[in-house]
Amino acid sequence: MVNFNDVNYLPWLIPLGPLLAFAIIALLTNRSRLVPTTSHEYGGHHPDYDGMLVPVVAPWSRVLSIVVGMSGVTAAWLMSLVVFFQGISTSKLGLDEKVFESSRNWLAMGADAFRIGILVDPLTVVMLFMVPLAVMCIFIYSIGYMAHDPRQARFFALISLFAGAMLTLVVADNLLLLFVGWEVMGVCSYLLIGFWYEKKSAYRAAIKAFTTTRVADVIMLLGIVYLHSMTGTLSFRDILYNEEVLTMLAGTPALIVGSWGISAAGLIGVFLIIGTIGKSAQFPLHVWLPDAMEGPTPVSAMIHAAAMVSAGIYAIIRMYPLFEAGGYPHSGEFTLPLLLMAVVGAFTALFAATIALTQNDVKKVLAYSTISQLGFMMAALGIGAYIAAFFHLITHAFFKALLFMASGSVIHAMEHGEHHLHEHHDEEHSDHAHDHAHDDHEAHDSHDAHDHHETVGEPIDRDAVDEPVEPHFDPQDMRNMGGLIRNIPVTAWTFIIGGISLAGFPLLTAGFWSKDEILADAWYVWSETSSVVHIFVFVMLVMAAFLTAFYTARQLSMTFLGAHRTEEASHAGLGGSRSIISITMQLPLVILAFFAIVAGFVGVPPDFPIFGSIFAPDGNPFFNFVKYSLLTEMQPPKPPFNAIPVLASFAVALGGLYLGWRMYGRTPLKAGEPDPMTKILSPSVYKLLQNKYYIDELYVAIFVKPSKWFAKNVVVVFVDKGIIDGTLHLIARVFTWIGDLFKVLNLWLIDGVGDGIPQGIIKFGAWFRRIQTGQVQQYLLLVLVAVLLVGLIFAVSAGFLQAAG
Amino acid sequence: MGVPLWMYLTVAAALFSIGMYGVLARRNAVAVLMGIELMLNAVNLNLVAFWRYLTPFNMSGQAFAAFVLVVAAAEVAVGLAIIIAVYRNRQSVEVEDVDMLKG
Amino acid sequence: MNFGEGLTPQAIAFGLFTILTIGGALGVVTSRNLVRAAIWLMLSLFGIAGFFVLLSAPFLASVQVLVYIGAIGILFSFAVMLTRGMTNLKERFNTQWWLAAFAAITAFALLMVGVIVPVFGTTVIPVADQVTTTVDLGVALVSGNQYVLPFEVASLLLTAAMIGAIVIAREDD
Repeated sequence: MVNFNDVNYLPWLIPLGPLLAFAIIALLTNRSRLVPTTSHEYGGHHPDYDGMLVPVVAPWSRVLSIVVGMSGVTAAWLMSLVVFFQGISTSKLGLDEKVFESSRNWLAMGADAFRIGILVDPLTVVMLFMVPLAVMCIFIYSIGYMAHDPRQARFFALISLFAGAMLTLVVADNLLLLFVGWEVMGVCSYLLIGFWYEKKSAYRAAIKAFTTTRVADVIMLLGIVYLHSMTGTLSFRDILYNEEVLTMLAGTPALIVGSWGISAAGLIGVFLIIGTIGKSAQFPLHVWLPDAMEGPTPVSAMIHAAAMVSAGIYAIIRMYPLFEAGGYPHSGEFTLPLLLMAVVGAFTALFAATIALTQNDVKKVLAYSTISQLGFMMAALGIGAYIAAFFHLITHAFFKALLFMASGSVIHAMEHGEHHLHEHHDEEHSDHAHDHAHDDHEAHDSHDAHDHHETVGEPIDRDAVDEPVEPHFDPQDMRNMGGLIRNIPVTAWTFIIGGISLAGFPLLTAGFWSKDEILADAWYVWSETSSVVHIFVFVMLVMAAFLTAFYTARQLSMTFLGAHRTEEASHAGLGGSRSIISITMQLPLVILAFFAIVAGFVGVPPDFPIFGSIFAPDGNPFFNFVKYSLLTEMQPPKPPFNAIPVLASFAVALGGLYLGWRMYGRTPLKAGEPDPMTKILSPSVYKLLQNKYYIDELYVAIFVKPSKWFAKNVVVVFVDKGIIDGTLHLIARVFTWIGDLFKVLNLWLIDGVGDGIPQGIIKFGAWFRRIQTGQVQQYLLLVLVAVLLVGLIFAVSAGFLQAAG
Repeated sequence: MGVPLWMYLTVAAALFSIGMYGVLARRNAVAVLMGIELMLNAVNLNLVAFWRYLTPFNMSGQAFAAFVLVVAAAEVAVGLAIIIAVYRNRQSVEVEDVDMLKG
Repeated sequence: MNFGEGLTPQAIAFGLFTILTIGGALGVVTSRNLVRAAIWLMLSLFGIAGFFVLLSAPFLASVQVLVYIGAIGILFSFAVMLTRGMTNLKERFNTQWWLAAFAAITAFALLMVGVIVPVFGTTVIPVADQVTTTVDLGVALVSGNQYVLPFEVASLLLTAAMIGAIVIAREDD
């Protein structure tokens, strides 16, 4: 049935490798036994709960799990390569019939059926180059990074499932299958962010990520359901390459809000975009992403670069004609979804970049830069530059995966240094009761730990969290680093390559070309049509790009340049250049560094001076390849070369990098010296940024506190203990008071009623408290009552309809 | 074949409602499970009746009834095991005594 | 009662099975003694098996007798005896029984009004007398185009349920 040479079938098998690997590891090779966290077998971590039982896998299980996981992802990578090369050798893959696809019935439902299938068009081909490659690098890296973890088998199982879900999403030919991959990734992100679940902060971050994206996913599901009810299909090609359907969707007023001039396409688009806002961490729902850094670093790379956040943008690019239906952004006609994307994206890009300026945690800087870069893509999608956005998605995935893994290496090296120092100190300690260096070190630690607790403002509610009080060294704090380029040169140089690519260092790096394309598109349409949205996006993104270059320079300088700021930093290392950890953790960096440079040259504009004639003699190759995945009239115009956006790119990238270097690189920070940014920004603004505009605190105040209050007062006190809560008292009192008032007003009339109401309220409270008793049958009864009510409403409305029609 | 379809549907509806009452009102967990069995059987009766009267050449009605049977068997096995485990731990099979979900 | 062509043997059988099913069901939800309830349950399920025969689904009827009455009924009896449930006869119903009764009656009324009244009285008769046989069902269950995948999943489910039941009910580790 399945022919390996037939590209119409091969994509079916791509997600299968990692998925099978997950099944095999989870069912067969993951053999562990429970040991208490205090045991010596469980070393190297700082659990918040002593004596908790944790599973520890046997050595053979580790090796076997790595082998299985690697084979799965390698198989996926090889098959993806076959599809990739066949894809790029097929001219005009996409619009004409040459797309690779096949599908079969999945779920028969009466006359209709949900289908499951694969679709390979230019978008998929490009993703199939990037995703498996990045994922494979992450796998290789994980071998070294997780080498001493007691639950390695579990890690490889989950990360395989993650990769399988992402590949499913990439090759899916309909929205339903895409959503399946999307949700499985959500579960995996939950499990992986909370991988070190014996740490309180880790499992809290996991819950936060899961619930935040859940809010968005439910709304996205609403959009999917609405789309299905309107069109009867969820297949991409049936909807997006069918102008009739698109015109119909754009012409029909939406369900409830139609009277406000919103079309069905607009409402569906907004719903789907809200899903992406959650998954790709855009402004109101971005809060989960920085906390997701609690997971192991390969997971951060996976979530933030290769897979999850890209999935959100990819889904939008996939469904792009739907968002564009009824408008034409290239002439300034915006639909509601496009406007939403442009505004949210541009705002997020700048907003997150300002936060990244002041973060001291090496991974948090990258986390906020991810949010900011995703904002670039959203904004580009909003102004119709969807090819530019896709290009940036690809280049960003390469350099951001590189940056995360390099930062993981840095952290690993710092931990190594700390470990080394501890042994060293212990020796000294036994010799001299009080050693000067030791005292110094202790003082340092307490200072760092203090700051750390201030800056890493994660915990959802501070008052309830009892964080460990004893000072402990933070290997992720950039203020503890400095001069690491001498300890870990390979990591440092690849980190620098990734960093300048992120900053958009002109001409050489991938980040420059993709960012420049977005800016060029925005500028071009503005100059043609003077569309306000385009110039708004342009200005916001230019500022964000400047800040990006600046904080990148700050990060690079603080981490690698200058003198070692702590003793840990001077002992940092990856355990010798020939150790397996050192090799597996640095090889992927080199591979990704290569792509962080060259990936940009596939998207050089043809009329760019000198470079255009070298890399794009027959027009922009990336543009020419991808453009066939859209209907012809929707393709964005190719902006001609214009010096202004290019000069702007040059100026902000070089200017930002120079300023950053001048502030942090030329005169490196001394140990314990405050950040020079404090002076420039004034302490209050600095504090505001460091606390991320207090968004977390705001959400705690708005959502978490009230529901906790409700749970505590209404459910626990009022319901469970049978004491009527203050609110009820208050209501009763108010009613009594009203009753009294009435009594005074007309005594003889109200006597019965005025007493009756408070009595009734109290009785209602006493009756209502039964609602949360833990009794299954009562819950069931409530469910049934709700179902009956819905049934009654339907019956009544159907009766009305019959009477009317 | 003198019996019209609506009669089967009425019997099934009655059976379903009686089973539902059992699920909601009985104290004993085993009796609650019995109520669930009654409800599942009502569904099965509907499936088979519709199959026979509306689409006798399409096997989906019978096939689904067979699957419901399988699911019911699995559900009873696990449900009774849970009841026995609960009984062992709490010395009770009263549903009202199992209220650990209470906040 | 309008039985179409008067009291045919099928109509008589239908009435008998209705009494068995509904009577048995009422017995299940009302009897104090749980062993009796289990026996009432078997009776009710036997009535359903009778309906299956009437509806020319002999395979399902036999499975109903084998699985439900043979296996599940016995399982229930064992569970009742193992938990000594029948000795605890103080209260049959919980405090919300009247609400439950009301809800059940409303549900029944809603089903009648919503589903059955529209087809009430219309003597829909079976499309054909000669319908598919057990062989067809067997083929459908293992045919690649029809139900082989759900079939396999169902077997997996049974296996999982069996293992799960053993694990849950096992004394201790």
